[in-house]
Amino acid sequence: MYEHDLLIIGAGLAGLRAAVEGTRNGLKTAVITKVHPVRSHSNAAQGGINAPLTDRGDEWEGHALDTIKGSDYLADQDAVEIMSSEAGEAVLELERMGVIFSRGDDGRLGTRRFGGQKVARTFFVGAITGSAMLHVLYEQALKYGLQVYEEWFVTSLIKEDGAVRGVIALDIKTGELHAIRAKAVLMAAGGAGRVFEPSTNAVICTGDGLSLAWRAGAPLMDMEMIQYHPTTLARTGILLSEAARGEGAYLLNSDGDRFMEKYAPDYMELASRDVVSRAEQTEINEGRGIDGNVLLDLRHLGRQFIEDRLGYLQEVAVEFLGIDLAEQPVPIRPGMHYIMGGIKTNADGETEIPGLYAAGECANVSVHGANRLGANSLLDTVVFGRRAAVKSVEYVKSIGESGSDTEQHLRAEKERLQALLDRPQGSRTADIRNEMAEGMTAGIGVFRDQTSMEGAIAKVDEMRKKYDESIYVEDKGKVFNTDLMFALELDFMLDTAQAIANSAIMRKESRGAHFRTDMPDRDDENWLKHTLVYKDGEGVRTETLDVVITQWQPVKRVY
Amino acid sequence: MQTRLKVKRQNPGEAGSQPHYQDYSIDIHPDSTVLDALMHVREQVDGTLALRCSCRASICGSCGMRVNGRARLVCKTRVADLAPNGEELTIEPMGNQKVVKDLVVSLDTFFDQIKRVKPFMQPDEEPESGEFIASNESMTNLLTAMNCIMCGCCVSDCTVLEVDSNFIGPAALAKAWRFTEDPRDDRRDERLKALNDEDGGIWDCTRCMQCVEVCPKDVAPMDRIMELRDAAIEAGNTNTSGYRHTESFYNSVKKNGRLDETRLAVDSAGWMNIPRLLDLAPIGFKAMMKGKLPPIRPHKAEDKQKIKDLYEKVEGDR
Repeated sequence: MYEHDLLIIGAGLAGLRAAVEGTRNGLKTAVITKVHPVRSHSNAAQGGINAPLTDRGDEWEGHALDTIKGSDYLADQDAVEIMSSEAGEAVLELERMGVIFSRGDDGRLGTRRFGGQKVARTFFVGAITGSAMLHVLYEQALKYGLQVYEEWFVTSLIKEDGAVRGVIALDIKTGELHAIRAKAVLMAAGGAGRVFEPSTNAVICTGDGLSLAWRAGAPLMDMEMIQYHPTTLARTGILLSEAARGEGAYLLNSDGDRFMEKYAPDYMELASRDVVSRAEQTEINEGRGIDGNVLLDLRHLGRQFIEDRLGYLQEVAVEFLGIDLAEQPVPIRPGMHYIMGGIKTNADGETEIPGLYAAGECANVSVHGANRLGANSLLDTVVFGRRAAVKSVEYVKSIGESGSDTEQHLRAEKERLQALLDRPQGSRTADIRNEMAEGMTAGIGVFRDQTSMEGAIAKVDEMRKKYDESIYVEDKGKVFNTDLMFALELDFMLDTAQAIANSAIMRKESRGAHFRTDMPDRDDENWLKHTLVYKDGEGVRTETLDVVITQWQPVKRVY
Repeated sequence: MQTRLKVKRQNPGEAGSQPHYQDYSIDIHPDSTVLDALMHVREQVDGTLALRCSCRASICGSCGMRVNGRARLVCKTRVADLAPNGEELTIEPMGNQKVVKDLVVSLDTFFDQIKRVKPFMQPDEEPESGEFIASNESMTNLLTAMNCIMCGCCVSDCTVLEVDSNFIGPAALAKAWRFTEDPRDDRRDERLKALNDEDGGIWDCTRCMQCVEVCPKDVAPMDRIMELRDAAIEAGNTNTSGYRHTESFYNSVKKNGRLDETRLAVDSAGWMNIPRLLDLAPIGFKAMMKGKLPPIRPHKAEDKQKIKDLYEKVEGDR
């Protein structure tokens, strides 16, 4: 039996930052992760991390307002104030840990511009900022001798007397199931991009954390808020960072026009992501696209500049499309990228379930509201990862031992998995996954309406039924059985899809990323509210919750 | 496009399982990567095939494996580039690492190597507020090594690790370089001395270039190792056979225009290093019996002056 004070699920930026904090605070901390920490999807964040550094003349209120406007006034302003005011120290601390941020001539950290902001306050490492941060946080984990359950897959949470007290997890390399007890569990398991097809997200982003918490009774909030990134590579759907536009790249339609002039004359290509993605999709829908894409043009930036500051983008464009960015514009289109919604938490990472904390993409604090600003996700992970771990210290110290029926949890889980393996034939995971994910993209895309969302709900319900009745695991072995793991991940994805679709249909207005062609206006009178979904047997129970407004009253959002 | 894959299958954890090759013939999009092809197999043809993959965009480092005998990240390897006419592709797990199942290897060795170089920044003191002050050039210089995604391709194809599992290895040494070259780290001398003195350290690389060839992120680990050697020598670490070897090589060619192999062996061991010289004796004796002992008085190049001119030119350029 394994026992910890604090068990963190997920070893991306939020998880590792929390782990460092837990260890520093004397908690017996461990991280459990289905992939090695440096494989986590935080890697994929390219462009940078926002921080208003007050010691060089920036003001945190400016960043807070940009974030709130970006969120289309759906973010809770008390949470945003915390994020913006702690951002500077969070970034400087990463630098002191060893992140090799780009610098100015004075040897201090340098910045670039990013979307939805007029001030250049995005700190970066070329176009590999997430990777550079993740590797440094992993270095810190090694420095502190952090215990990591590497390639262990959590299948369920242990809940006793209403509180979360650990997990049941599959050691992927041996195929054995184990119980790990913990006084507090911090969910930092990342996003759920694979619920859609296509998506910029890695194969591992399957909503595990969202579903695990949901099953344990925690509500998911604003799940309809799905970010479509404006620049994903044609055909492959691979992400090309917003840093390209931050450094001055243009968006062109088939007539060669910088079409953003029509949609966001002031911010042009650097309007909020939802605004740019809608503009692109409109151009494409109205016949000014090229094979379902528009063009991203970097040629005027010059080869040297591109190689120096956007090297990874050049690598991707050349490797995957054979396009040299210094010579040719690259075809791009909006692609599913991020989920603003997530496990409802307060600014200390607490969920509604005692003993369960959450941070990072799987959590919703809420600081991103209806649309996240580029370079705010990395900030979210380190600020709220740290805060959640700090908060868990008090809790861990306050609770006593609980009556343990661990063996019973373990036995039940073993039986559930065995039943999956015992089914002699049926439907392949990939077939159900693809049908569900294509249905989600069709129903809950850049544009949506009542009919499309109803279609998504029907598709998800149909796929859930098919899964329960016929999911089939071909690999019957124990060692590294990815076939079994994919089937379990699909189970989580179906939950997440259900939560997303049912949240989407609740919101009777357009706000941020949730744009309904049948209700195109924002409705502050009735919908300055969060949507909440709880799991209720096989169905969902819904609620709403007022948005927290502190000092910025909602106004019309113009870029 | 029709593609043929020949995949090495094995499951060492299962009794009676023997390594074997399995053929798959599948129809894929012409732009597909090898990873796309393998995922297609796993999703539609054979759910028992084990491999790691995640980001599909060459940033997570999960999908290192051997394609036609060479380590590659399969997500950035296009099928059509290697098999333009539908040739068969042979897919095997990475080398120098224990196989868990099929194309999945244990990375324990890899990360144990990384841990040997104390891979975290160690400043004597941190700034009281704000950041360390450092030039942008000194930071972007480190990007070469920070591009490493720890995929293990260099370790897979390292020819030293094939025969000497104690070698710290290319990835870990590139990681070490990232700290010795970081102006914010204060343990440079200590790190260099350790890398110099340690069994399996910087002098064990044979400069075969394999790691430079296979690295998918242009980290060029061997170049980093050579820079570590220079730095270690400059920091005064000269009491190693590696340094003496370099020195002897340099002097011999400069003096004679050719390599004095006998002297090189003795110089490298060290003239006072009796045990090591005694180790060499039987090798020398065997070579003599086979008529392969290099001449005691070295041959000299005919036009030594040209070689001296070369030395002057190269050293003048530095």
